[in-house]
Amino acid sequence: MSKSYLEAGETHCAIGHPKSVFWQWMLTVDHKRIGLMYAAVIFTFFFVAVFVALTMRIELFAPGAQILDGDTFNQAFTLHGVIMVFLFIIPGVPAVFGNIVMPLMIGAKDVSFPRLNWFTFWLYIFGALIALSSLWTGEGFADTGWTFYAPYSLNTNTNVVTTLVAAFVLGMASILTGLNFLVTIHRLRAPGMDFFKMPLFVWGIYATAWIQLLATPVVGITLILAILEKVFGIGIFDPSKGGDPVLFEHLFWIYSHPAVYLMILPAFGIMSEIIPVFSRREIFGYRTIALSSASIAGIGYLVWGHHLFTSGMSDLAKTVFSFLTFFVAIPTGIKFYDWVATMYKGQIHMNAPMLWALGTMVTFVIGGLTGVTIAMVGADIHLQDTYYSVAHFHYAMLGGVVFLLFAGLHYWFPLMFGRIYSEKHAKRAFYFNFIGFNMLWFPMFIAGYQGMPRRYFDYLPEFQIYHQISFFGALVFITGLIYMFTVLISAIKKGEKVGSNHWNATTLEWHLPTSPPPLENHSKVPYVDFRPYEYHHGEPVVKFNLETMQRID
Amino acid sequence: MSHEYVPEIATDRNGKKHEVQGWQGDTYGGKLGFWLFMLTEIMMFGALFLTLTYYYSLHHQDFIEASSHLNRLLGGTNTVVLLVSALTMGLGLLKMRAGDVKGAKLMIYATIILAFIFLGIKAVEWTEEYNHGVFLGLDALQSGNEHSRPFGQILFYGMYFTMTGLHGVHIIIGIGLMVWLLKRINAGKVTTEHNILHFNIALYWDLVHLIWVFVFPYYYMIGAGHGH
Repeated sequence: MSKSYLEAGETHCAIGHPKSVFWQWMLTVDHKRIGLMYAAVIFTFFFVAVFVALTMRIELFAPGAQILDGDTFNQAFTLHGVIMVFLFIIPGVPAVFGNIVMPLMIGAKDVSFPRLNWFTFWLYIFGALIALSSLWTGEGFADTGWTFYAPYSLNTNTNVVTTLVAAFVLGMASILTGLNFLVTIHRLRAPGMDFFKMPLFVWGIYATAWIQLLATPVVGITLILAILEKVFGIGIFDPSKGGDPVLFEHLFWIYSHPAVYLMILPAFGIMSEIIPVFSRREIFGYRTIALSSASIAGIGYLVWGHHLFTSGMSDLAKTVFSFLTFFVAIPTGIKFYDWVATMYKGQIHMNAPMLWALGTMVTFVIGGLTGVTIAMVGADIHLQDTYYSVAHFHYAMLGGVVFLLFAGLHYWFPLMFGRIYSEKHAKRAFYFNFIGFNMLWFPMFIAGYQGMPRRYFDYLPEFQIYHQISFFGALVFITGLIYMFTVLISAIKKGEKVGSNHWNATTLEWHLPTSPPPLENHSKVPYVDFRPYEYHHGEPVVKFNLETMQRID
Repeated sequence: MSHEYVPEIATDRNGKKHEVQGWQGDTYGGKLGFWLFMLTEIMMFGALFLTLTYYYSLHHQDFIEASSHLNRLLGGTNTVVLLVSALTMGLGLLKMRAGDVKGAKLMIYATIILAFIFLGIKAVEWTEEYNHGVFLGLDALQSGNEHSRPFGQILFYGMYFTMTGLHGVHIIIGIGLMVWLLKRINAGKVTTEHNILHFNIALYWDLVHLIWVFVFPYYYMIGAGHGH
C-alpha cells in the first residue's frame, strides 16, 4: 500500500533529495503539493484584501472623512483591486484546482513540465513580493486603481512602476501555468480519453489556458510600455507628446476582458463537476457545455470595447461591441440551462458543495443579467463608473468565481486531505456568507442606479442608508468567511477520515488507491472507454479495482 | 532519469494494450510547449506592431522623415548578420541530428559570435543616434522645449528604441541560452538522440531573427526613398 502525498519524503523535488520536510515542500514538483501551496498563499492574500475592503467600508459608513483621507482611500482601493485581481482571482482556480485535480482527472502522473510548474509557483511568489514591497518603498502604493489608466498612472508620484513590474511578473507566471496545462491536456490524457471524454472541469481549464497564453502577453507588453513611459518618457501613451491614452485602455482591456472569462471558465468547470455528482445524474448536454467554454473563450476576445463606451469611440464601434457583448451571454445561458436540466428528476443531495453551487446559481445569474444591462450603450453611459457596475462586478466575480472556488474547496476537500469537515458547520457558514454577500452588494445596485459614483471616499447624505446596509452585510459576510475557513482548516487535522470516493463521484480523481492520493496518483493508468458522468439509478456505472485499475462493473 | 523511463501500459477491457504517454521523455510535448511559448512572443511583438501601425497612420510624414535618418547601412548589415546566424543555428541542429556533435558545437559558437557582432553594431548605431541628440530621455524626444521634435517623430523614436531594445534583450537571452546549450552538450545531456533543447533554442533563434525581418523594413526602409 502506497503512502499519501502529504507524508514526509513522499515527493519529487526540483533539486536533489532534501531530508528536511520544509525543503521537501519548498522544492516539490508534485502538482498536488504545489496546488496546496498556491491555496495557502492565495487565501492569505484574499484575507488581506478583504480587510482592506472592510477598512473602506468603515470609511464609507458616514459621509465625510472617518478614518482615511482621500489619497489613502485611493491607495486602499488600488491595493484591494491589485491583490484580488492579480494575486488571488487570476491564479485562483487554475493554480489551485488546475494543479491539484486536473492531472488526476485525466489520469496523468503529473503535469507535462513539473519543474516548470515549480518555477512558476516561485515566480508567482516573486511577483507577489514585488507588489507588496511597493507598499513600504518610494511614495507609497499606487493610487491609480488596478487598471493603471494612462495618463494619470504616468503622472502620479506613487509607486506605479513597482506595481506594474509585479503585474508583469505575475502575468508571466500565468502564461507559464497556461502553457503547462495546455501541453498536459494535449499529451497526458489516459489512453482512450478523447477530448469529449474529458471531465468538464478539464475543458474549463483548457479554454482558460488558451486565454492565459494568448491574452496575457498583450497586457504584459502594455505594462512594459507604461513602465518605459514612466522611466524614459517614450511618449506612447502621453498626450503631451502625441501619444494616445485611449490606446492604453484598448491594449489593457484586450487582455483584461478575456481575463474575466479566464477567471470564470474554470469556475464554471467546478459547477459542471458538482451538479451531476450531487444530482446523481449524467450531465445534460455535455458537448454544449464543453463547446460553450471554448466559444466563451473565443467571443471573450472581441468584447473589450464595452469598457470604453465613454472613452471616445465611434458609434459604429460602440454598436458592434455592444452586440458582441450580448452575444457572449448566449453560451453562458446554455451552461445554466444545462445545469438546471441536469438537476431535473435527479436525486439531489444537499451537501455543502451542492449548496455553494446552488447559491452561486442565484448570485451569478444576478451578476450576469446586470452585466447584460450595462452592455447596452445607452444604459452604460448612465451606469458606468457607478456602484451599479461595482455591484455587477462583485456579483459576477465574488458571487460567481469565488463562490465556486469555495464550492470546489468543499467538494475536493476529502480528496486533498482524506478527511471531511463538519457538514453541519459548513452549511451554516454558507448561509452566513450567502446572506452577508447579498446584503453587502445588493444595495449598491440601487445606490449606483441613483448615481453613487464608484471609487469616491465621500458621498451625498441620501446614499448613507445603502452604505450602512452594505457595512452590516460586510460584517456578516466576513464572519461567514472566517467561520468557513475555521471549519475547513480545523478539519485538515481533526476531520473524520474518509475513503477515496466520499461523494460517490464518477471522474478519475475519485478512483485513487489511497486517501489522500499517493505521490504518483493512480496505481495504474486506466483505459478510458466511458463518459465522465455515467450514473444509473443514482449509482456510478463505472467501477474500478483500485490496485489494477481494471473496470469491474 | 528520462533516459531510463519505460512507458506504462494500460489494458482495456478487451485485453488490448495501450502505451501510456508519460511526461518523461515526451519530445513532442516539449516541442508543443515551446511552440506555444513562441506564440506568446508573437502576441507580445504583435501588440507593438499594432501600436506602431496605428501611429504610422496618424503621423505618416513624420515617420518617414524620422526613418530617413536611421543608418540603413548598419541596419542592413545587421539584417545580414542575423540571417547568417539563423543559418548557422539551423546547420548546427542538422549536424547534431546527423551525429556530428563537434560540428554542431562549432556552429553554435559561430552563432554566438554573430550575435555579439549584431549587438556591437547595434551599440554603434545607438551611440551615433545619442550623439545626434536622439535618445530616450534627451530633449529632442521630450515635448515643450526648443529641441523638441514633432509628435510623430517622438513617437517613432520612442517605438524604435523600445522595439529594437526589446529585440536586443531577446538576443542577449539567446546568447545565454546557447551558452547553456553548450554546457549541456558537454555534459552529455544533449545528444544526437535527445536534442529537444537544441531544437527549441534553434526555434527561439528563428523567431528572434524573424522578428527582426519585420522590424527592419518597418523602421529603416519606410524612409529609404526620402534622401539623407
